[in-house]
Amino acid sequence: MKLSYYPGCSLHGTAKEYGESVTAVSAALGIELNEVKDWSCCGATAAHSTNHKLSVALPARDLIAAEKDGMDVMVPCAACFNRLKSAQHHMKHDDKLKSEIEKIIGSKYEGSIAIRNPIDIIINDIGLDELAKKVIKPLKGIRPVSYYGCLLLRPKEVCNFDNHENPVLLDKIMDTVGADVKQWSYKTDCCGGSLTISMTKVVNNMVDKLMSMAREAGANCVVVACPICMANLDMRASTSLKLPVFYFTELLALAMGVQGPETWAKLHTVDGTPLLKGLGLI
Amino acid sequence: MNSFLKEVNDKINGVPLQRCYHCRKCTAGCPMANVMEYNPNRIIKMIQNGMKDEVMNSSTIWLCASCETCITRCPNEVDIARMMDALREMSIEQGYAPKEKNIFRLHDSFLDNIKINGRINEGLLMVEYKLRSGDLFSDMVMGMGMFLKGKIHPISPRTKDMAAVRKIFRDTK
Repeated sequence: MKLSYYPGCSLHGTAKEYGESVTAVSAALGIELNEVKDWSCCGATAAHSTNHKLSVALPARDLIAAEKDGMDVMVPCAACFNRLKSAQHHMKHDDKLKSEIEKIIGSKYEGSIAIRNPIDIIINDIGLDELAKKVIKPLKGIRPVSYYGCLLLRPKEVCNFDNHENPVLLDKIMDTVGADVKQWSYKTDCCGGSLTISMTKVVNNMVDKLMSMAREAGANCVVVACPICMANLDMRASTSLKLPVFYFTELLALAMGVQGPETWAKLHTVDGTPLLKGLGLI
Repeated sequence: MNSFLKEVNDKINGVPLQRCYHCRKCTAGCPMANVMEYNPNRIIKMIQNGMKDEVMNSSTIWLCASCETCITRCPNEVDIARMMDALREMSIEQGYAPKEKNIFRLHDSFLDNIKINGRINEGLLMVEYKLRSGDLFSDMVMGMGMFLKGKIHPISPRTKDMAAVRKIFRDTK
């Protein structure tokens, strides 16, 4: 399977362990990734909070570049995923906006490729049976809660790949690789997003609530698919509530015997090494 | 003269705010309602009542975290998250001073970073934000830790076709 790949800014920076683990797991699952040529930032919260047209034009430049290669584009960062999907949605439903954007970029947007999250690709293209066959080290003793946050799921008519109130796809993936996934009702509650920098105290409280509920559900770690969720959960919890947080691809790599998880676990603020070592997984 | 309600509806360009029957489901699910000056439902009512300055000068429009829970739960498909974006955009266009200055400064620093590099360099973004906000010392230890782990770096890959990126900013003003 061949896909275009839009890493976005953070997968080359503060979320480099997400970027590296997505690439490694994709290779192990037979997915060939080709980075979108000369991509630029999606604009994230800053663009859509201040200028609607800019928030469509920035991702549109990337979508137009990606569709020239004729393959669907994988977008692992939930924030980029949401912005690219939103741009696609707005251009599909607003012809006037679409032609304005095309004029700015200087190229037609055909809407010919799908924007895909790795969770969706693993479930719908690879399949859980195939994934199960690749597991050489089942994650016995790992008791995660799956945290989906906001940007993978909402608005539902834009994101459109899992139930927006009770998503289950990430739970199914973790279950397939042998983790004892815990049920909780905070899967889709907001972590505070980019307010973490400008309104840190508010975000501290939001993250503490999430971590308390994860602990109460019996989890010994949290699994995420978003660099912002990772940053907030990993850095903003009170000392007494902290839990290791992993990108789901880090744990998939571990279960599939792919190189990297030991190095990646050390890159988080809450080092995941003691948990993984204690369970004899590394 | 257009009413404030019409002005906001035109900007949203979707389901009109008159569709809201004030069930307050948006507010019940809002993770920021407890720290907002006026809750999301109250903002809709204030727009319906023409209270433009109060809405534009409120902290609420900046504190919305864009989690989009409200829109998924609204029984009348009123896009409250889009409304908050529209209000922020209108307040900038019309010269209202943002009540939550640091939230605005972060957005502005973020967009500046894209104008220069085409992509975000998270280290440089934080430096610019800190200089603008005057909040120099929070998260210093965390920043150093990230630097030592190779997660932030003063030099990172840029977009090559910066003329195209600059054109986007120029033409969407």
